[in-house]
Amino acid sequence: MEWLKRNQITVGAGLVILVAAYVFYAVNSNVATSMFSGAWFFAVPLVLGALTGVVGERSGVVNIGIEGQMLVAAFAAFFSAAATGSLIVGVLVGMLAGIAMGAFLALTTVKGLMDQIIAGVVINIVATGLTSFFYRPGKVLSANMPQWEVPLLSKIPLIGDVFFQSGPIALFALVSVPVVHFALFRTRWGLRTRSIGEYPSAADTAGIDVIRMRLVNVTIGGIFAGAAGAYLSMEATGGFERGMTAGRGFLALAILIFGGWRPLRVFAAALFFGFTNALASQLQGVISIPQQFITLLPYLLTLIVLAVAAGRVRAPAAVGQPFVKGEGS
Amino acid sequence: MADPRDEPSDGRPATGAVATETAPPPVVAERGAPPPPTGVLGLLVREQSIIVPIVAVIAALAIGAVLIRAQGVNPMYAYQSLFSYSFGTADGLRGTFEKMVPLILCGLAVVIPLRVGLFNIGAQGQLMSGAICAAAAAHAVREAPGFLIAIIAMVAGILGGAMWASIAGALKATRGVHEVISTIMLNSIAAGLIDYLVNGPLKDPTQSYPSSYPAPEAAQFQPLGFVPIGLPIALVLAILVAWMLRRTTLGFQFETIGRNRHAASYAGIKLGGMIVLAMAVAGGLAGLSGSIEYLEIDPYRYQDGIAGSLGFDGITIALLARSTPLGTIPAALLVGALRAGSSTLMFNTGIQPEIVDMLLAITLLLVSLPIIAKLIFRRHTAKSSALASSWGS
Amino acid sequence: MSQEATQDTTRDRPVEATDRSAAPAERLLDIEGLSKSFGTVRANRDINLHVGRGEIVALLGENGAGKSTLVKQIFGLIKPDHGTITIKGDASPIKDPKDAIRRGIGMVHQHFQLVPVMTVAENMILGHETTSRGVLDIEGARQLVRELSDKHGLKVDPDVEVEDLPVGTQQRVEILKALSRRVDLLILDEPTAVLTPQETDELLTVMKELAAGGTSIVFITHKLREVLAVADRVYVLRQGGVVGEVATADTDARGLATMMVGRDVVLRVDKEEATPGDDVLSIRDLVVLDDRQLRAVDGFSLDVRAGEIVGVAGVEGNGQRELVEAIAGMRPPQSGRIDLLGKDITKANPHDTHVAGVGHIPEDRERHGLVASYSLADNLVLNRFSEKPFANGFVRDFDEVRKNAEALFTEFDIRAAGVQAMAGSLSGGNKQKVVVAREMSFRPKLLMAAQPTRGVDVGSIEFIHRRIVAARDAGAAVLLVSAELDEVLSLADRIAVIHGGKVVAEMPGKDADRTEIGRLMAGDH
Repeated sequence: MEWLKRNQITVGAGLVILVAAYVFYAVNSNVATSMFSGAWFFAVPLVLGALTGVVGERSGVVNIGIEGQMLVAAFAAFFSAAATGSLIVGVLVGMLAGIAMGAFLALTTVKGLMDQIIAGVVINIVATGLTSFFYRPGKVLSANMPQWEVPLLSKIPLIGDVFFQSGPIALFALVSVPVVHFALFRTRWGLRTRSIGEYPSAADTAGIDVIRMRLVNVTIGGIFAGAAGAYLSMEATGGFERGMTAGRGFLALAILIFGGWRPLRVFAAALFFGFTNALASQLQGVISIPQQFITLLPYLLTLIVLAVAAGRVRAPAAVGQPFVKGEGS
Repeated sequence: MADPRDEPSDGRPATGAVATETAPPPVVAERGAPPPPTGVLGLLVREQSIIVPIVAVIAALAIGAVLIRAQGVNPMYAYQSLFSYSFGTADGLRGTFEKMVPLILCGLAVVIPLRVGLFNIGAQGQLMSGAICAAAAAHAVREAPGFLIAIIAMVAGILGGAMWASIAGALKATRGVHEVISTIMLNSIAAGLIDYLVNGPLKDPTQSYPSSYPAPEAAQFQPLGFVPIGLPIALVLAILVAWMLRRTTLGFQFETIGRNRHAASYAGIKLGGMIVLAMAVAGGLAGLSGSIEYLEIDPYRYQDGIAGSLGFDGITIALLARSTPLGTIPAALLVGALRAGSSTLMFNTGIQPEIVDMLLAITLLLVSLPIIAKLIFRRHTAKSSALASSWGS
Repeated sequence: MSQEATQDTTRDRPVEATDRSAAPAERLLDIEGLSKSFGTVRANRDINLHVGRGEIVALLGENGAGKSTLVKQIFGLIKPDHGTITIKGDASPIKDPKDAIRRGIGMVHQHFQLVPVMTVAENMILGHETTSRGVLDIEGARQLVRELSDKHGLKVDPDVEVEDLPVGTQQRVEILKALSRRVDLLILDEPTAVLTPQETDELLTVMKELAAGGTSIVFITHKLREVLAVADRVYVLRQGGVVGEVATADTDARGLATMMVGRDVVLRVDKEEATPGDDVLSIRDLVVLDDRQLRAVDGFSLDVRAGEIVGVAGVEGNGQRELVEAIAGMRPPQSGRIDLLGKDITKANPHDTHVAGVGHIPEDRERHGLVASYSLADNLVLNRFSEKPFANGFVRDFDEVRKNAEALFTEFDIRAAGVQAMAGSLSGGNKQKVVVAREMSFRPKLLMAAQPTRGVDVGSIEFIHRRIVAARDAGAAVLLVSAELDEVLSLADRIAVIHGGKVVAEMPGKDADRTEIGRLMAGDH
C-alpha cells in the first residue's frame, strides 16, 4: 500500500500507458506490436546503461563514462565471441569488460580521488582510443543470438510479444529493472547504498565502510553497461563498428536523470523514448517531422526536465564528492 | 563532518586549475598548513604544473611504444617517422599548425570555464554550431567581397558558438542545471539539428553526400607558406585570454567565482551574468574555431566529421595545459603534431592512426590522476575539488 | 563572557545540579597520554582523562581547543598518534566507529549524522539492520523507534523524513539512535549549540536521567552555565591540552572562565557613552524567506543611528542570518523596506549596498568573507577590485592593491608572512582581522558585524571589539548580530532582542538585564 503511495506517479502513468497501448493494440495489432517491439529494442541498452548509472550515482559516484563502458564492452563481447565461436563467452566477456571499466572508474575516483567527471571523460576517450586502435574489420559471429520465449508470459497479447519473446540480454534487462529497484529500496544493501550516496559521513559513523562499498558498487554496477555493450554488438546488430554506441551512453545518462535515479522510472523513461523513436519511423512520410528532431528529443526533454523541475529532480546529495575518512569536520 | 546540505566548499581551485600564473607561492602559516618545501623539491612543487604534464606525456609515449612494439614495429622508428613528418616537412608542419588552431581555441574554450569552476564538455557542439553558422552566413552573403565574407563568417561562427554555450550558462545560472549534463545534451542536440540542416535547408544540391554550400573561393583562407592564417589568430587569442585572466577586473571576477563563489557573491560579483559570460566567451572561441575550419580546411564546406574529435581534444588540451591559457599552445603543438603525423605513420609502418587516440587517452589519464602528482610530490600537492558537485538540480 | 554575566548564570541554574555525593566507583573510560597532530598543528597534547560509570563529564574549552578531536578519537573516527584509550579495562585500539559502538560507545555529533532523505526509522537501523529473507524489516524499525521514544520520553514519528524535522527533533533522533544500541558511554558534541533555552533544559534533564540510569556521559560545550548545571566533573582544554580538571562542586563560572582562557577574563570593553546622530539604517516590516522558503525574518523593524552600536541578541536560527543577508543585498526580501541614509536599498544587490556604504563582516568568513587561495592583498580588495585606484577601467593596478594591503597590515595588526601570503594559511583570528580591515577600510556608513569574533582567539577578540567601538566613535552606525549574549551586552549601546524573526524588545545596552534578555530570547514575552 505504502509502496503504491510512494510510487503513485510511476504506477499511474504506467497504467495509463498500458491502457492506451491495449487500445492501440485492439485497433491495429500488427502495427502496435511492431512499434512496441521497436521501442523495447531501442530501450534495452538505455535501460541497462542507466542501471549502471543508478547503482553508481546512488552510491555517490557520478558516471558520465557509461558511453565508454558500453563501447569497450561491445568491442570485447563481439571479438571474444568471434574468436572463440561461443556466444556465451562473448556475453560473459562483455559483462566482465563492463565490470572492469567500472572498476577503473571506482579505483580512480574512490581510491585515487580523481575528479569523477574527469574520470568519466577519460573513460570515454580511452574507450574510443582502445576500441578504434584494436579494431579489425571482417570478423563475424558464428551464429545469431537465440530468441527465447518465456513460457506462459510470452502468450500474453502484446506484452508477451514485445517483452517475453526476445534475446537473452533483453530478458536480462527486463529482469534487472525490478531486481535493482527492489534491492535499492527494500534491502540492507539498498539502504546502505543510498546512505553512502546521500550522506557518507553518516554511514561512516554507523559503521559502514563507505570506501569499500563504493568500490564494490561502482565495479559491479558495470555489469549492466557491459550487458548493454554486448547487446549492441551481438544481439542487436551482430557486428562491431568503431564508435558504435553513438551517444547511447549519454542517452542513458539523460534517462537516468529523467527517471529520477529510480529503476522503474528509468525503465518507463527509456520505453517512452523508444516509443517516440518507433513512432517517428512509423510516421516517416506521413507527417513532415524530420527524423533528426525525434532523435534529439530525449536530449531536449532532459534539458527541459532539469530546467523546469530543478529542485524536484533531486540527485543523491553526495554524488560527485569524494569521501575521505576523518576529513571535513 | 560536513553537512551534506551545505554546498561543497569552493575555496579550492578546480582540478587542473592549479594556477601558478596567479597563485603566489604559499607561505609559512602561523599554524595550519605544513611549511612549504624548499630547495629543489620546492622548485618542483612550484613548477609542478609543468612537470606533471611532461611526465604524463613521456609516460604515455612509453606505453605507446609498448603497443607499437607489440605490432612488430620499432617504436623509435615509428615516433621518428611521425614527428619528422610533423615537424620536419613543409606539408607536415602546415598540417601540424592547421590542427593547432582549433586545438588551441577549443582548449581555451575549456580553460576559461574551468577558471570559473565550470567544466565545459560542450566545445564539440559549440564548434559545430560555429561552423554551421559560418557556412550559413557565408552562403547568405556569397556575393560580397571575399575578405568581408570571411569576416562575416567568423563573426557568425563566434556568435553561433557563443549562443550555443550560453544556453548551458543560462541554465546553470538561472536553474542550477549542471553544465556537464547540459553541454553533453547540447552536443547531441547540435548534432541532430545540424544533421537536419545539411540534409535540408543548407544542403548543397550538387553534392550527393550531405554537405553545406562551399565557402566562396575569395573567402577561403590561403596559407602563408606553411603558416595557416588561423594560427596567428589562435596564438593572439591565447595571449589575450591569459592577459584577461591575469590583469583585468573581468578575469578577477572569473577567478573569484571559481575559487569561492559564495565569497564572489558576497563581494558583489554578479554570478549569473559572469557564468553566462564565461560560457559565451568559451563558446565564441570554439565557434570561431569552427568557422576557421570551414574557411581554411579543404573542402571548405560543412560536412559530417568536420569537427572530428576536436572539441573533445580541447578537454585533453586544457588538462594538459593545467588550465592555463598559454599552456594550451605547447599542448596543442604536441597533439597537432601527433594528429598531423598519424597518416604518415600508417603509411610507413602500418600502425593504425588510431594510435594517436590511444596516446592522448593515456596522456589524459595520467595527467588527471592526482595520484601521479602525489607520487612525484608526496603530500605537497593541491587537492582536487569536486567539479561533479550539485548534480542534476 | 564577562565575569559579571557568567556569575549571574550560576545563580540562575535552570536545572538542579546532580547529586555529587555518589562517588563513581568503576572506571568506564581511561585515557592516558593521548596526542594527535594534524600537520604541524598539535590538536591534542598528552591528554589524561577518566570517566566513571554514571558520571557526567564536561569538556570545556574555546573553539579550536581540541575538544572535538579528543572525542572523535574515543569514537574511532580518527586515530591517535600516541597514548591509549581504555574502555572498561580493554586498552586495544579503537579501530573504527563500528568497533566503538560494539564496545558500548555512542556519539551524538555536532552536525547530525542522519541521512536527510531517509525516514527516522531507516536512519535508526542504518548500519545494524535486521532483515528477513533479505528484505529490510522496516516494521521492526518503526517498533524500535516507538519503544525507545516511549522509554526515554523523547517523542518522534518514525515515518517522517529527517529533513522535514525541526533541528531539536533531529537531535532527539540522534540521541535515540545512539541509545538504540547498548550504550555505556554517550558522547555529546556541542549538543546545545542549535537548541533554544527550553530545548536545552529538556536535554539537560534527559542527560541527568540517563546518568542516573548508569550511562556515563561526556559532553562538549563552551557554555559555563550548562557545565555547572549537569556535570559532575569538568576538564578544561586549551590549545590541545588539559589545563584543568575540577569537580563542578568545587568551582564557579569565574574559575572555569579563567581556566579556559588562561588568565583573568576582562572582556568588558572600555567605551564612552554613545552620542547617536541621525538614522542611518531604517528597516520596516521586513519579511525574508530562508532557504526552505519559510519566513525566517517576519515583520522586522529597527533603526540604527550614526554613532551607536545596536546589538541584535537572539538564539541562533531566529532569522539573524537572513536579516543580515537581506541588508547586505545577498538575499532579496519578500516584503518590507530597508533604507540607508534615506535611500531605498531593499532591492539592492551586494555591489549596490557596498557602494551605498555598507560594510559587512559576514557570519561565515571562510565561506563568504575570504577566498582562501587568494593572496591577502587580493582579499583586502575583494569587493573593491574594480574601484579606483585598484583598477583603471578594465585593468587592475597591482601596485595600488599591494600598497593598500601594506597599510592595512600595520593598522590592523595582521600577522602573516606578507601581503602575498595566501589567506587560507592564516589563523582564524588573523583571517577575521583581514575581513574586518577590508570592511572598515572604506569608512562605511553602516558597519554590519555578524558573529564578528566566532572562532577567534582572545587577543583578536579584544582587538576586533576595540575596532568596532572605534568605528562607532568615528561616526559609523554599527549593527552587531551575535549569538554570544555576552558580546552583545559588552558592546551594544542599544539591544534589540530577536525572536521568531521579529524584534520582541528593545532596551538600552547599559544596565540591560541578562536574565530578562534570556527570557525574551526564548520567546517568553
